[in-house]
Amino acid sequence: MSVRELPPRAGRASEVWRVLETVQDPEIPVLSIVDLGIVRHVRWKADGVLYVGLTPTYSGCPATEMIRALVERALNRAGYQSAVIEEILSPPWSSDWLSEEGRRKLSTFGIAPPAEAVGSPKRLFGSLPIACPRCASEETELISEFGSTPCKAHYRCTACLEPFDLFKCI
Amino acid sequence: MSDETRLRYVLRLADTSLVLGQRLAEWVGHAPALEEDLGLANTSLDLIGQTRFLLTYAGEIEGRGRSEDDLAYLRDQAEFLNLALVEQPNGDFGQTIVRQMLVDAFQLKLYDALQSSTDRRLAEIAAKALKETRYHFRYSANWVIRLGDGTEESHARVQAALDSLWRFTREFFTADEVDEAMARKQVGPSLAQLQPGWSARVDEVLHEAGLKRPADAPYPWHGKRGQHSEHLGYLLAEMQSLHRAHPGASW
Repeated sequence: MSVRELPPRAGRASEVWRVLETVQDPEIPVLSIVDLGIVRHVRWKADGVLYVGLTPTYSGCPATEMIRALVERALNRAGYQSAVIEEILSPPWSSDWLSEEGRRKLSTFGIAPPAEAVGSPKRLFGSLPIACPRCASEETELISEFGSTPCKAHYRCTACLEPFDLFKCI
Repeated sequence: MSDETRLRYVLRLADTSLVLGQRLAEWVGHAPALEEDLGLANTSLDLIGQTRFLLTYAGEIEGRGRSEDDLAYLRDQAEFLNLALVEQPNGDFGQTIVRQMLVDAFQLKLYDALQSSTDRRLAEIAAKALKETRYHFRYSANWVIRLGDGTEESHARVQAALDSLWRFTREFFTADEVDEAMARKQVGPSLAQLQPGWSARVDEVLHEAGLKRPADAPYPWHGKRGQHSEHLGYLLAEMQSLHRAHPGASW
């Protein structure tokens, strides 16, 4: 499932999507949670209650609960007091769900965006050339599979010598 | 098949992740380099996150209103059903990484198979966990190779770790009535069928690392039946002390 298959953002749902676009990822504040692809649905069920589906990026990501609280607050402020937030596990989040705009924002922020099409496990670990977000050189090397947050790996550019984060492909 | 069987099966998965996650968390602030501190801590976070999904599900199967916290913090040693390997002490970095690689290789096979479980909830959790486990294995396998194929000292240490930990791996594939009942229902895989794939993957790493695969031990441990080595009690005492002293404490 790709992010493009998300339900249409029309009518009253589109207003909720706009509210959600104002909620920042606490660990990468240039990204909204919509950019990150973790909002899975916005819908009203038969009982007239608004349900917002969120999926975690990594099982143990400490930002998950913070994000939930931020979403509740934003919805409350926008007048959706009785909204219910659902945790969705399936299908599991993929870095493929990052929006095009999200990728651009990451790059500008100094974080290399994930390579696309990550179906093959080979591609998970940066076997593809990773471009330095500062000087665009592809002469980069992996320092560590793990970085400052669960969703990032640590790289170094051998051209400009700057270390940088890569948004992991998963 | 009773829900009791399914509960035990889910607790085995949950407790294995929880105890290993707790062991890795002991490294925080002590790892040989900052990158390894981050690597072990992030792996620990993933494992504890997976545990939360599994323990929440276990609480629902049990139906007595116990939460993930109740199950993690208020059960005693004999009620923990983790594989005995994961409770073994960290030792040096080499020993931690050998233990990790052996478990990662197992969880890779296990979660891959569980993705097609007839238990939809387990299948969903497994699909999520599998993606993270691929990362863990990549990390631990790389380190086993670097240390095994490193200096005389590092080679000797990881070979010693492998020799002392190998006897715990037999438990992975020793099915009991719970595993068999779950395999019949296609909730879980046949453990015997997972073994060749695990073995091949581990052999590949050991070969690359220049390490010698130890002989299989005749005695299987029974951590998943609640029979543990002497190390689990100490781990639980530390992990549970805050919650037991201040029940319901929150940040």
